[in-house]
Amino acid sequence: MSVTTDSQSQELAPSRPSWHVVLVRPETMTFLLLVFGLIGASLLSPFFLDVNYILRSFTLTAEMSIVALVLTLVVISGEIDLSAASNMALSACIFAWVQAAGAPLPIAVVVGLLAGLAMGTLNAFMSIRMQLPSIIVTIGTLIFFRGLAQVIAGDRSIRVPESFIGINTVMVAGVPLPVVIFVVVAIILGLVLGTTVIGRQIYQIGTNQEAALHAGIDAKRIKVGLFLLLGIVSAAAGIMAASRLGSVRYDLVLGGELQMVLMAMLGGTYIFGGRGTILGTFLAAWLLVIVSTGMTVANLLPAIQLTVLGILLIVAIIATNFIYARTQR
Amino acid sequence: MLKKPLIAATAALTLSAGASVAEDIEIVFVGKNTGNPYFDSLTQGFVDACEVIACNFEFVAPATAEATSQIPFLEAQIQRGVDVIAISPNSPDALNQVFQSASDAGIIVLTVNGDITGNEQYRDATILPTDFTKVGADQIEMVGSLIGYEGEIAILSATTEAPDQNFWIEGMNETIANDPKYANMTLVATVYGDDQPEKSTTEMEALLSNFPNLKGVIAPTTVGIAAAAQVVQSRGIADQVKVTGLGLPSEMREFIKDGTVEGFQLWSPYNEGWLASHFAVGLKNGTMTNEVGATFEVPNLGTITINEGNSINTQSALTTFNADNIDDFDF
Amino acid sequence: MTFLRSIFARREAGILVMIVIFCLAVGLHKPQFLTGQSLRIILLLTPLIMIGAMAQMLVLVARHVDLSIGSMLGFSAMVVGLMYRELPDIYWLVGFPVAVLTGAALGLGNGLLVTIFKLPSIIVTLGTLSLYRGLTFIISDARQINRSVIPTELKAMSRTSPIFEIPWIILIAFGIALMTYVVARHTQLGRQIYALGSNPDAAPLRGIDVTKVTLIVFVLAGALSGLAGILYASRWGFVNPSNTGAGFEFQVIAAVVIGGVSINGGVGTVMGTVLGVLLLGCVAAALPLLGIPGSTQNAIYGAVILIALLIDRSVRQRGLASMSRA
Repeated sequence: MSVTTDSQSQELAPSRPSWHVVLVRPETMTFLLLVFGLIGASLLSPFFLDVNYILRSFTLTAEMSIVALVLTLVVISGEIDLSAASNMALSACIFAWVQAAGAPLPIAVVVGLLAGLAMGTLNAFMSIRMQLPSIIVTIGTLIFFRGLAQVIAGDRSIRVPESFIGINTVMVAGVPLPVVIFVVVAIILGLVLGTTVIGRQIYQIGTNQEAALHAGIDAKRIKVGLFLLLGIVSAAAGIMAASRLGSVRYDLVLGGELQMVLMAMLGGTYIFGGRGTILGTFLAAWLLVIVSTGMTVANLLPAIQLTVLGILLIVAIIATNFIYARTQR
Repeated sequence: MLKKPLIAATAALTLSAGASVAEDIEIVFVGKNTGNPYFDSLTQGFVDACEVIACNFEFVAPATAEATSQIPFLEAQIQRGVDVIAISPNSPDALNQVFQSASDAGIIVLTVNGDITGNEQYRDATILPTDFTKVGADQIEMVGSLIGYEGEIAILSATTEAPDQNFWIEGMNETIANDPKYANMTLVATVYGDDQPEKSTTEMEALLSNFPNLKGVIAPTTVGIAAAAQVVQSRGIADQVKVTGLGLPSEMREFIKDGTVEGFQLWSPYNEGWLASHFAVGLKNGTMTNEVGATFEVPNLGTITINEGNSINTQSALTTFNADNIDDFDF
Repeated sequence: MTFLRSIFARREAGILVMIVIFCLAVGLHKPQFLTGQSLRIILLLTPLIMIGAMAQMLVLVARHVDLSIGSMLGFSAMVVGLMYRELPDIYWLVGFPVAVLTGAALGLGNGLLVTIFKLPSIIVTLGTLSLYRGLTFIISDARQINRSVIPTELKAMSRTSPIFEIPWIILIAFGIALMTYVVARHTQLGRQIYALGSNPDAAPLRGIDVTKVTLIVFVLAGALSGLAGILYASRWGFVNPSNTGAGFEFQVIAAVVIGGVSINGGVGTVMGTVLGVLLLGCVAAALPLLGIPGSTQNAIYGAVILIALLIDRSVRQRGLASMSRA
């Protein structure tokens, strides 16, 4: 944030110097916070600064972070989905329930993914086809999906077979597999958003849907596609969590929607659509892990984390709004 | 607390640390969730024990009691390099992997006040407040004595899959079916209030509506018994329906005083913490062994035996609370 | 316009019919559901949701939403609980103004963030949902306020009655509903809230101080949540940092949306909201009676919200169609 205050070229807004364009953006804020977070956490506890520990901690939220990357696209397109965490829980419960009922593992995985796709379809139907605001629709499906998970699994935890357990212990060049998947997904989505026609269309829809329609962009189809993608990725993330935990209960990532939205906002995605990057969300995911891990390893009261999360969310949107207002063409 | 090089500096600030700071054993207790009054008393047992024996104690707990919420806290304790993790697990199986990492790091894992049934190989020992095989029979005797061993009774439990609850309920069913003393009592329903006051209340109200001849209700959960007592108090039917079960004296005192509840049972959560810290320090110092059949002495509790499955009980039978003794307990 | 009004009148009649059909259907299986005792159970389930629903209704009508209602309830209840614990000799009724003012202050926080920074209320209140809950833990040191601390007179309000054997807590809830009705229908403020919600862009042209009205709405929502907070302490006899008010916002949104309050602002009646609350109360009381496990409750709530949204939309479409025809 401090970067913006010393810019003297504010009156001559149209011709911003190139350093300004590169540096005065929300991702810079995220990156600086990340650095401060690392320093702060290291001061808070001598046990914090350990790459393996940080990577291990990241695997605990890697599934959510992957979903947050796709959620970023949805938000840029001008919609939102608060039901993704519930989707993860319901897909994982359906997956675990189907394989516990005797179905072979690959079939159970496919059923789980299809369930996620179906949930994405419901969100898309309500928000795009019926033109209801996605923010309210997905509050409804947030309750509904988790409620269904509770109906299916009750409050018992469903075990998954031994052979399926342990995605987080698989190492690729010393890095846990979920972290690798997160990085790969981030690179792919970053390229799609930054370099392809579809990526540019997503920004256009989010900036001005009317203008995008006039430009011949099928906004509805792209938005439906994003909801479906989010649905199936959430399901995959839920199944990954099942592999990490070895069992599934309806309360998997309860309240995770807050963290996912937080990752997108903290990464500089504009809540009203049209702006944001995958890089921002990528950095924000690490920032959150560092902040929460730093506080946990210092044995701080977990309530302080809740408080910090809430403050971060509010500060993040204020800062992004501020930066975007300043850098408006 | 900090590791050795910094200990000299911190010792002066650490009021609770004993004289032999350098050799103190680091014990962390991971509770189910913060804000749970049951664990206030349990934690106090740890705190008091570490005032008199060589251990440092810290309590951490997640904000909510979902299956996976304890995992980051366990990972953090492993990273901190504590000696002993005591935990009241929120899930019987979701914590296996992280328990394994703790054991690999040489940390003693003790489950306290609840076990990871079916996954016992992932912990070193479990400290349970009493012999859980007797809880069912004791509770039936308790309700029987209140209703004159005759009439319909029902159970208001916590959640459908809580292993301890189900184990006790099984014991209650067996006792009623097999012991001729209770031949005139019938168990008409078992319902679940999910340990939420709202749901427990509606379930209790539904029991009263569905079974007008109900004589007694056993609620073997602290939330359930308080909710059941409140319904009976509100309807003014304490002389027709007897509520009992497992409850905290601090929450039940009002209902005992105004006659809504005549008696209920529990154990001492405090002693669980007290015993766990003594056992943990003994194991680390090599003065105690974690073998089935081994015995050791704990001040105030006497001789403790390690039972089948490395299970340790702090007391042999439930304590009964009633108007005569309720004021003697402050937890 | 009269046609529109009659549609919404029919909407309320529709909920009433649903309640009657539901109760008769349950009563067919379980005759004890149709007794006075059962009515008492249902009414005792609803006071907190009723008050929260009035708050949420005003916010929704102004085309905002408040997700932090449950956390404001929890925080206010905790402040009152701590007061009773630290000042045991304080007169028990002092808790009411303290709770209401605490809630109002939190609501003001939401309102300021929304108005000063021009932020969407749903994201602000998603943040304060977490923030206020965290603060509740911090001020209480994560400890529960026990039953023995809550004044007996306060707890008795959920049992004892001044009139017709209706407990105080229920009378208060209906009193709040009546006051909300008066404010919504017969005051300048009420008209401004509806006008703001139906067309936020035109509101300033009609001389409405948008910032002021928005702030008032959020402060009212906070104050009502605070009132619900102290009544929570009365009803359940304790205040817990993690449970008290958790998930309350969703029950409230369910009740309000069922009651026909439009998420697009400008539309919603107290009568509809009251009926929505009662319908939820009937469902909650009937499930255990029918032996349906409580775990289905959330799925039912969620489904009901989605269905209500679809109904809301089709009503709106028909309304618009008829207007364009006229």
